Amino acid sequence: MPVNEKNGLKAWQRRDRNSQLLIWAIQFAAVAIFVYCWQLISDKTIWMFVTDAPRQAADMASRMIPPKWDYLSTLWMPVWDTITIATLGTLMAIVMAFPIAFLAARNTTPSKTFIRPIALFIIVSSRSINSLLWALMLVMVIGPGVFAGVLAIGFRSIGFCAKLLYEAIEEIDETQVEAVTATGANGPQILNYGIVPQILPAFAGISVFRWDINIRESTVLGLVGAGGIGLQLNASINTVTWTQVSVILLVILGTVIVSEWVSAKVRHAII
Amino acid sequence: MLRLDTLVKQYKTGDLALKGIDLEVPDGQVMALIGPSGAGKSTLIRCVNRLVEPTSGKVSLNDMELTTLSQGRLRKVRRRIGMIFQEYALVERLTVMENVLTGRLGYVSFWRSYFRKFPQSDIDEAFRLLARVGLDHMADKRADELSGGQRQRVGICRALIQDPELLLVDEPTASLDPKTSRQIMRLIRELCAERKLSAIINIHDVLLAQMFAERIVGLQLGEIVYDGPPDGLTPDVLTQIYGEEDWEATIEKVDDEDEVEDELIGVEPALGSG
Amino acid sequence: MTLSHPTESLVGRRWKRPPFIANPMLRWCLALGAAIYLAVAFGTMEVNWSRVADGLPRAQRFLSSFFPPDFTSRAEDIFDGILESLWMTVISTVVGIAISIPVGLGAARNLSPRPVYLFSRAVLAISRTFPEIIVALFAVKLFGFGPFAGFLALSLGTIGFYGKLLAEDIEDMDPVQAEAVKATGSSWFQWLNYAVQPQVMPRMIGLGMYRFDINFRESAVVGIVGGGGIGATLLTSFDRYEFDSSAAILLIIIGIVMVVEYSSGYVRRWVQ
Repeated sequence: MPVNEKNGLKAWQRRDRNSQLLIWAIQFAAVAIFVYCWQLISDKTIWMFVTDAPRQAADMASRMIPPKWDYLSTLWMPVWDTITIATLGTLMAIVMAFPIAFLAARNTTPSKTFIRPIALFIIVSSRSINSLLWALMLVMVIGPGVFAGVLAIGFRSIGFCAKLLYEAIEEIDETQVEAVTATGANGPQILNYGIVPQILPAFAGISVFRWDINIRESTVLGLVGAGGIGLQLNASINTVTWTQVSVILLVILGTVIVSEWVSAKVRHAII
Repeated sequence: MLRLDTLVKQYKTGDLALKGIDLEVPDGQVMALIGPSGAGKSTLIRCVNRLVEPTSGKVSLNDMELTTLSQGRLRKVRRRIGMIFQEYALVERLTVMENVLTGRLGYVSFWRSYFRKFPQSDIDEAFRLLARVGLDHMADKRADELSGGQRQRVGICRALIQDPELLLVDEPTASLDPKTSRQIMRLIRELCAERKLSAIINIHDVLLAQMFAERIVGLQLGEIVYDGPPDGLTPDVLTQIYGEEDWEATIEKVDDEDEVEDELIGVEPALGSG
Repeated sequence: MTLSHPTESLVGRRWKRPPFIANPMLRWCLALGAAIYLAVAFGTMEVNWSRVADGLPRAQRFLSSFFPPDFTSRAEDIFDGILESLWMTVISTVVGIAISIPVGLGAARNLSPRPVYLFSRAVLAISRTFPEIIVALFAVKLFGFGPFAGFLALSLGTIGFYGKLLAEDIEDMDPVQAEAVKATGSSWFQWLNYAVQPQVMPRMIGLGMYRFDINFRESAVVGIVGGGGIGATLLTSFDRYEFDSSAAILLIIIGIVMVVEYSSGYVRRWVQ
C-alpha cells in the first residue's frame, strides 16, 4: 500500500516497503556481481600492456598511413567472394528455414510433443553457435575455401531465420486460415492460400535483414580459412604490413555501408 | 435438410458451450440464431462444418452423418457448406479475385491452385458473382484496400462460388455501420432466395434478425430457449433470451434517409446462376 | 453500386494473377540479373569435391563424438573457460550499456543539438561497422592476450547495438507526453526521468537481455583470436582432435544460450 496514514497525514511513497527492499537487494546484488567479475578480469590482465596501449595504438595508426592503394586491385576477388558467401549462405538458410519454421510454429506443427521440440532444438543449436565456430568446424571437415564459408553462414542463419519466421507464423490471423479451411481446401492449399500470404512480408524482411548481417559476418570468416576478405586481413596482420591492413579495413567499411544501404532500399520496396 | 441431434460441445477449459442442441433446418429456410455473447452461437455453426469438433451428438446434412467423416470426406462436404465470417476473414494480402477463387479450392488440385490456373468456368462464375455484388471492376485490387462493406461482399462471393447447399453466417454485420449492415443482410437474403439456399445466420442485432429471417432461434447458455417466427419475439421472450441484459441496446438505429439509398442495392435484377 | 458490364460480356473473360512487379521490362531484367548473378556466384565458388569427400570420414568421427560428449577429461579447462566467458559477458554488457546511454541520448534527433547528434551518430556508425572479431583482433594486438581484449571488443559492439536502438526508440516516443512533462517546468534531468525513461524503459530492458545473450555467444569466438573465454578452450580441443571435448563445449554453449533466452523472456514479461 503505497499511501500510508501517519499522524493523520497521508504519506505517499512510490512503492511499499517490501518491494522497495526487494529492488534494493537486486541492485546491491547486481553491483556485487559486477565488481566481482571485474576483479576476476583484472586479475587476468597485464595492466602494463593496458597503460601502454595508447602509445601502441598511436604507433599502429601511424604505420597504417598512408594506405597502400595499389593493393586495392588484388582485393576485388576477395570482396566478390565475401558477397557470394553472404548471398548463397542466406539463400541456403532461407530455403531450409522455411519448412523448419512451419514445423516449429505452435499452430502449424504436425506434432507438438515430438516434432516441435526437434525443430526448436535445431533452431537453438544453429543460433547458439557463431558462424565463425561453424566455419572452424567446416574447414576442418571439408577443407578451406568459399564453400565452407557458404555452409557456415547458412548453418548459422537457419536458426535465426526460422526463429523469426515461426514467431511470425504464430502471430497470423487464424480466422483467415479458418475461412480457407471452411471451403474444403486440403492441407497444402490452406498453407498456400491462408498462411503463406500472411507471412510473406515478414519472410522477405527477415531474409534481407539477415543478408545484411551476413555480409558483416562473412568479412571475418577468412580468419579461420573459410574464404572472403578475412583471409587477406589475417595474412596482412601476420606479415605486419599495416598499410595493407588499413586498405582492407576501408574496403570492409565500404562493403558494409553499401550492403546496409541496399538492404534498407530493398526492405523499403518490399514492405 | 440439416439436422442437429443432442449436440454437445465442451471445451478443454471445461466450459460447456452447447448443452444438447436439437435443431432441424429444412431446405431453403433462412434461420437467424440470436442470443447474448457467450451463448454458444458461434460454436454451434462451427460444429456444423467441424471447424470446432463437437464433443458428442450428431450433425447430418441430407441424411449424411458429418461427425464421423474422415478428413478427406469432410473436405468434400465442406465444399457444399458456404461460410461467411465476422470481420470478413478475407486473406488480406491476396487480391479480390484470389479470395473469391479460394471458394473453389476444394474442387481443384493443389498444383492448379498453386499456379492460379483455375478452370475458365470458375473464372466466369467468379466474375458473375462479383458483378452481382457490384465489385467486378475491383477484381485485381488487394483485399486490404477495400472498405468493410466491400470486403463482406467479397466474403459472400467466396461462399457462393462453392455452390453450397447451406450457408453458415457468423455475425456478418458485426463490424459494419448500420446502413451497410442492412445492405449486407438484404443481399444475403436475396441470394438465398435466388439459389434456394438454407442458411443459419448468427446475429446479435434482434431487429435485423426480425427483418431478414423467416425463423428465429434464441440461444442462451448453450440451450435453445426460443424457436419460432420473428413476430413471436415479444419483450418477454427477449428478456428470457438476453436475461438482465438490455436487449434494446443490441439494436442499431438506422436513419430514415439512409433507408432510401439503402433500397438501391435491392433493385438489381437477380443475375446469379441457378 | 451500378453494374459496369452486362453479364454476358463477363463470360470467357480471362484472369491471371497480377504480377508482383507491374513493369514487364523491369520484371524480366531483374529475373535475368538474378539468374546471371547466381550462375557466376556458383561458378566462382570453387568446390574441391575430392577434398570434401576426404572430409566425410572426419565429419562422421566428429558427429559420432557427440555420442557421448566428454565433459570430464577437460572439465577444469572447460569450467574456467565458461566462467571467463560469463564474466566477460557480464562486464561488457554492463559497461557497454552504461556508455551507450549518453551516446544514445546524444544520437536522438528530438533530444540533442545538431553537433552532438552528428558526433554521436558517427560514434555509433563506427562501432557498428566492424564485427566484434576484428575489433578483438586489434585489441589483442594492443592489450595483449586475455579477456580484457575480449571485453573491449564486446563493449564496443554493445555500444553500437544498444545506442542505436535506444536513439531510435527515443525518436519514436510520444511527443505529447514529453511536452506535458516539460510544461510543468521540470529541469532537463527531471524531464528525462519522468517523460522519456518511462516510455523507453520496458523495451530497453528487453533489449539489454537480448544483448547479454548476443555477448555470450560472441564471447565464445573472441577466444579464437586470443581474446579469452571459452573460445580458446574450444580451439585447443579442435587442434588436439579431442572432438568429444569440443562436443561437450558446444553443448554447454547451447545450454547456456537456452537458459539465458528463457530467462530473458521471463524478465521481459515481468517488466511489461
